[in-house]
Amino acid sequence: MSGIRKSFGGVHALRGVDLTVQPGEVHGLLGENGSGKSTLIKVLNGFHQPDEGSMELDGRPVELPLAPGRFQELGLSFVHQDLGLIRELTVLENLRIVELGSGKGLSVNWRRERARARELFAEYGLEHLEPDAALTSISETDAALLAIVRAVDAIGGGRGLLVLDEPTVFLPREGVSRLFEMVRGVAARGVSVLFVSHDIDEVLEVTDAVTVLRDGDVFGVARTAETDKDSLIEMIIGRQLAAAVPLRERDGRAAETVRARVSDLSGPRLRGIEFELRHGEILGVTGLMGSGFEDVPYSLFGAKPVRSGGLELDGRRIDLAGFAPGEALRSGIALVPSDRQRDGALLEVTVLDNLMMQVIGSYRPWRLDGRAMAARAGELLEEFDVRPRDPDALFGSLSGGNQQKVALAKWLEAEPGVLLLHEPTQGVDVGAREQIFDLLGRAAADGLAVMCASSDSEQLAQICDRVLIVARGEIVRELSGADLTKEEISKQVLQSVTLSEMERFQEELV
Amino acid sequence: MSRTKQIAVGGGGVGRPAWTKNLGQRFALVFVWAILVIGFSLAKPETYFTTGNFQTIFGSQAVLLILAMGLIIPLTTGDFDLSVAANLTFAAMLVAIFQVDHGWALLPTILLAVAATTLIGLANGLIVVKIGIDSFIVTLGSGTILQGLVLWISDARTITGVSDALIDWTVTNRIFGISMVFWYGLVLTLVLWYVFSRTALGKRLLFVGRGRNVALLSGINVDRVRIAALTCSGLVAGLAGVAYAGMLGTADPTSGLSFLLPAFAAAYLGATTIQPGRFNPWGTFIAVFFLVSGITGLQLLGADSFVQQLFYGGALIIAVVMSELVRRRNERRRMASAA
Repeated sequence: MSGIRKSFGGVHALRGVDLTVQPGEVHGLLGENGSGKSTLIKVLNGFHQPDEGSMELDGRPVELPLAPGRFQELGLSFVHQDLGLIRELTVLENLRIVELGSGKGLSVNWRRERARARELFAEYGLEHLEPDAALTSISETDAALLAIVRAVDAIGGGRGLLVLDEPTVFLPREGVSRLFEMVRGVAARGVSVLFVSHDIDEVLEVTDAVTVLRDGDVFGVARTAETDKDSLIEMIIGRQLAAAVPLRERDGRAAETVRARVSDLSGPRLRGIEFELRHGEILGVTGLMGSGFEDVPYSLFGAKPVRSGGLELDGRRIDLAGFAPGEALRSGIALVPSDRQRDGALLEVTVLDNLMMQVIGSYRPWRLDGRAMAARAGELLEEFDVRPRDPDALFGSLSGGNQQKVALAKWLEAEPGVLLLHEPTQGVDVGAREQIFDLLGRAAADGLAVMCASSDSEQLAQICDRVLIVARGEIVRELSGADLTKEEISKQVLQSVTLSEMERFQEELV
Repeated sequence: MSRTKQIAVGGGGVGRPAWTKNLGQRFALVFVWAILVIGFSLAKPETYFTTGNFQTIFGSQAVLLILAMGLIIPLTTGDFDLSVAANLTFAAMLVAIFQVDHGWALLPTILLAVAATTLIGLANGLIVVKIGIDSFIVTLGSGTILQGLVLWISDARTITGVSDALIDWTVTNRIFGISMVFWYGLVLTLVLWYVFSRTALGKRLLFVGRGRNVALLSGINVDRVRIAALTCSGLVAGLAGVAYAGMLGTADPTSGLSFLLPAFAAAYLGATTIQPGRFNPWGTFIAVFFLVSGITGLQLLGADSFVQQLFYGGALIIAVVMSELVRRRNERRRMASAA
């Protein structure tokens, strides 16, 4: 495809991207969050309509925008991170889901389908898959492989383009190798594969060539054999933003007293996380997608179940297994979740009610003091500069930035000692972003201990005193001082996967 | 950040007082009700436009009013209670059986009946919340069990001979010519209005119904709120059952079941008025009497009794359609003002 452009309300998501994938080639697509990877994929599957650009597939021009759902007949097939399998169905039903859903033909000859499935599985080395097995009974890895076989089969096996969008995030290491084996097998039949990933090691291992996107543009194309990890990292991060100045003055005062100590936090995606959170500091937690870093705040708040974990807060020991949000709030912990619409606030309820949600019990619970609540809400709107200053406006009518300011006000109003944040500036415009940083900085200066889980290295560099990097559920690095630059954080994150592997390897040797 | 009581609402932009917003939408049903009453009064001045008729309208459907009040509690927290009508029937039957067959005094029978339906509400709540099953299915099942139970304990008979004291205190005694039972319903409406709009508990009910995740992450004990709401609807259904026994002076095993659809119609129609988009006590109050006024009028005009089902069923669907249209319009406005 060439010259693809796409902008959203003045923001250029793609500024003329060219991408060429040879027949039988595995082609990597790399780039940071926001570099345009997902937009490009969504142009490919017809979800977005490009403003400009053309596309050619197997030598034939293809009309853009692609009609949604038509990509398969053109020879395009997708496997997304969630695999698109339905847990309640059997392996065979999942394999034939498109045909079953389209309602072509009135009856299904299940015996013939079963035989066909066995043949197909044999062809791709999946003989052990039983067509009638429930999907829940097969491993994550087999499910991923099934999704790939289904996608390849849908485009006829020996042509077209298979797009793998972060397919390895939830797989164990052994599963990743099996998936790569299959990918190479598929490419050997003449199918072109576009492999989208954050994980540079994986891209180096499986691809023949790589395209790197940055800020909606192709920054570079390379033959995998002729490049290495460091040069790819440099291509992804770039150097031009090196001068990003931290917003907060880090005077070291923060580093003295410990507010909270987390020990042996283990859960579905976390293993033995331990760290200290100090008075007046902003601690960043980051990692690659799927590394588990985003589970840390929710686990500390009791909003995500954990296997084990201890939290020492102001000298009190809390068992995190079986901890609940209500208890967390009473202990002085607050969490601002990333998904405002689902977890953070009620869209169809007024700003006032949203602000007062957690503290409503302190306004005469059996004879609510509406006047005092309105007055306090007015003060908060002023203090947090929320526009419009109308406590009776519906929360959903505010812009993203103002919504987030209200969310922050709501949680700070509970007067926590520890504030947990997850992606605090997601969907927030630049101006509001600075204001939010400023508010967080001031709250920290007042002694609040803040932990911010985010995949936005620039943001972490701007506000954090220290940054922890999580890989495969473990903390593998701590950055502080001069290392707190956007580039260094991004680089360490990109290198973190190999790091965690090497450390485990060394442990096993001991 | 102390919570002060200073009265210093910052910034402008509030404009008109909140209660004046959306007047048309909020009082549309009241206007339609008024037009309906005026229309029927003009058409049938000698039968419809009489004190007696209005007394009947208010007095006769007070049981429905009480039942609908109970129903809007779990509806507000986002749970259905399809067992309310069966629960009502069960309570009425318990009152009759224990008074007539076992010779219990009035007060203990009332307490027993209400305690039983409250426990049933609690059981509904525990199964729905603790095991995590859709309230629709659980209360559909428990309601059917109750129907069977009622037929069993009554041998499918109609039991007559409920004490005069109960009848006196529901229908015979009147204030302004309207039976006591209406005033009970009015008091309940007032209590619920107060709880919904003036207490932290009422706000929490709303928060839980509007976003369980949000409520949970805001430290609200969502499970307890939902169980309590279903328990309350059991309790109120029991009270409605006692009132029903008093109104009829008898208890039969099936007639109370026909309250289910009208109660839902009143709750959903009520959610289109006074506080559009929310189940609210005054809206429900208006909806109940709007429905009754309409049906009474049509019957006086000579319509057959099937007009009841047509009216209630139609009202439920129209109410739900209207709420959806209002919601979409608000959504569009929100989009427009956010852009």
